[in-house]
Amino acid sequence: MRRYVIIGSGAAGIAASEAIRNHDASGEILLITDDPHGYYSRPGLAYYLTGEIDERMLFPFSEQDFRRLNLRRITAQVARIHPEAHRIEMHTGAQLPYDRLLIATGAAAVRADVPGSDLAGVVKLDSLEDTRHILNLIRRARSAVVVGGGITALELVEGMRARNLRTHYFLRGDRYWSNVLDAAESKIVEHRLQEEGVQIHYNTELAEILGKNGRVAGVRTKDGRLIECQIVAIAIGVQPRKQLAQTSDLKVDKGILVDQYMRTSHEDIFAAGDVAQVYDPLSGKSVVDSLWGPARDQGSAAGLNMAGITTPYSRLAPFNVTRLAHLTTTIIGTVNKGRDDDLLGIARGDSETWRNLPDAIAAQANFDVNSLRLLLGKQHLLGAVVMGDQTLSRPLTRIVIERVDITPIREQILQPGAPLGDLVADFWSQLHKS
Amino acid sequence: MNIRGLFRAEQTRRKALVQGYVVPDTSRCVQCGICSYNCPINIDVRRHAWLGEPVRDSHCLTCGECVARCPRGVLRFESTNLFQTQN
Ligand SMILES: Cc1cc2nc3c(=O)[nH]c(=O)nc-3n(C[C@H](O)[C@H](O)[C@H](O)COP(=O)(O)OP(=O)(O)OC[C@H]3O[C@@H](n4cnc5c(N)ncnc54)[C@H](O)[C@@H]3O)c2cc1C
Repeated sequence: MRRYVIIGSGAAGIAASEAIRNHDASGEILLITDDPHGYYSRPGLAYYLTGEIDERMLFPFSEQDFRRLNLRRITAQVARIHPEAHRIEMHTGAQLPYDRLLIATGAAAVRADVPGSDLAGVVKLDSLEDTRHILNLIRRARSAVVVGGGITALELVEGMRARNLRTHYFLRGDRYWSNVLDAAESKIVEHRLQEEGVQIHYNTELAEILGKNGRVAGVRTKDGRLIECQIVAIAIGVQPRKQLAQTSDLKVDKGILVDQYMRTSHEDIFAAGDVAQVYDPLSGKSVVDSLWGPARDQGSAAGLNMAGITTPYSRLAPFNVTRLAHLTTTIIGTVNKGRDDDLLGIARGDSETWRNLPDAIAAQANFDVNSLRLLLGKQHLLGAVVMGDQTLSRPLTRIVIERVDITPIREQILQPGAPLGDLVADFWSQLHKS
Repeated sequence: MNIRGLFRAEQTRRKALVQGYVVPDTSRCVQCGICSYNCPINIDVRRHAWLGEPVRDSHCLTCGECVARCPRGVLRFESTNLFQTQN
């Protein structure tokens, strides 16, 4: 009987458990997590923060679902892996053997490197415990400062506003998420935030968090302004939790390096999800994502390979559907390049691929709050950003991911003022008639 | 069909609903639970989305709450395939 040990019970760890159980009815599966709350929807935390769902909704699996998988769940922190001995070591010193090991430890928020970061009231949005903590602080707070970029910063801003705090949002530069969105899209988001009463501070950097009796009392900006607040929320990016791999001499770079079978540099150790750095056949580079969908797919592939069913993971063009200032937004493929000064590395709900734009031509249409941007390569659509109405996001996702030849409409798309939406809709209807 | 036709079809989708069932697009779902939370008769729509199975529960009212509230456009009604039913 084979013994499978999975470190991490997020989307990747759960998907791996399911895949293993589907092909190995008798093997022993051990699912270990250092999170006392086990498996929950991390993206759902944002909606718990705004009050759109209550806490019990965060748990996708019932006890019955877990029983069906017939696995043992352990709450403990894994401190070390001993690859040669095929053993893992817990924080307590206890050791456990494995035949196949999966590292699915996810990513953790990067801490801000400013004086005052240790004060009570400095928060991040990573885990259920973090969210509970923020909700507790909000009860006694009047105002909050949010620092950072990407989706999580915005979710924090929206959570604070939904709970009626006076909310300040600091941006280092002159616009929001500048290496994924274009200027018009950033404006749409910023405008909507301002309408909701959020105070955006452009070109503003945090110099120091000020405290009183060990608690946050305000912040000082680099240009010397003082702003009173009781909460400082930081979302400046995430770091893959790769320490276990580093200390056991597995090959790591930004994340844990894996081959197309999700295998690390050690034969019986696999990695998947936010912690893994996978080969991307489209760009020829090896990349990290922080996305639920790929985490689940990678976990499944890892599980199959661990159970002996050889299955390559083929990375598709990444996409994410999310809400930016209450506007449903889909980001598909490669849409921009460069870096965003509000983020270090990668953010939650982010993919490096979105920023690897080669020389593509952009076509853009804005109508009301709906915005559509298409990034055109020679023959293919490299990426798209759809904000607001999502009618076209499904066809566009398929056109990008399946690398549909768009030659028939390319010239028309590039005409100034072209009705992009109509062109895509017609093209898609034609494709599906034939 | 032009884009305005498409948008109109989306807008009237909830009203036009008669039969049909809710179909998830698993690749968009992040298991946040808003769908299940808003189902008036407690169908675990999220579980369907995880498994990639349509909601064929005979009790489903096809009220459209889950479809409308999903923040990621995971859910749609099968009977209103926009790209086949429009002129
Ligand atoms: C607020 C927020 C918003 C998000 N929004 C989106 C979004 O819009 N779209 C999207 O696609 N994704 C989003 N994400 C990202 C998404 O949640 C992650 O990509 C996904 O959860 C990754 O799954 P994972 O299994 O790789 O890691 P995780 O879900 O992070 O799970 C890691 C697990 O490993 C455990 N662990 C780590 N180290 C150890 C150790 N040493 N010992 C024992 N256990 C350990 C942890 O306890 C945890 O159970 C968001 C995340 C957050 C927090």
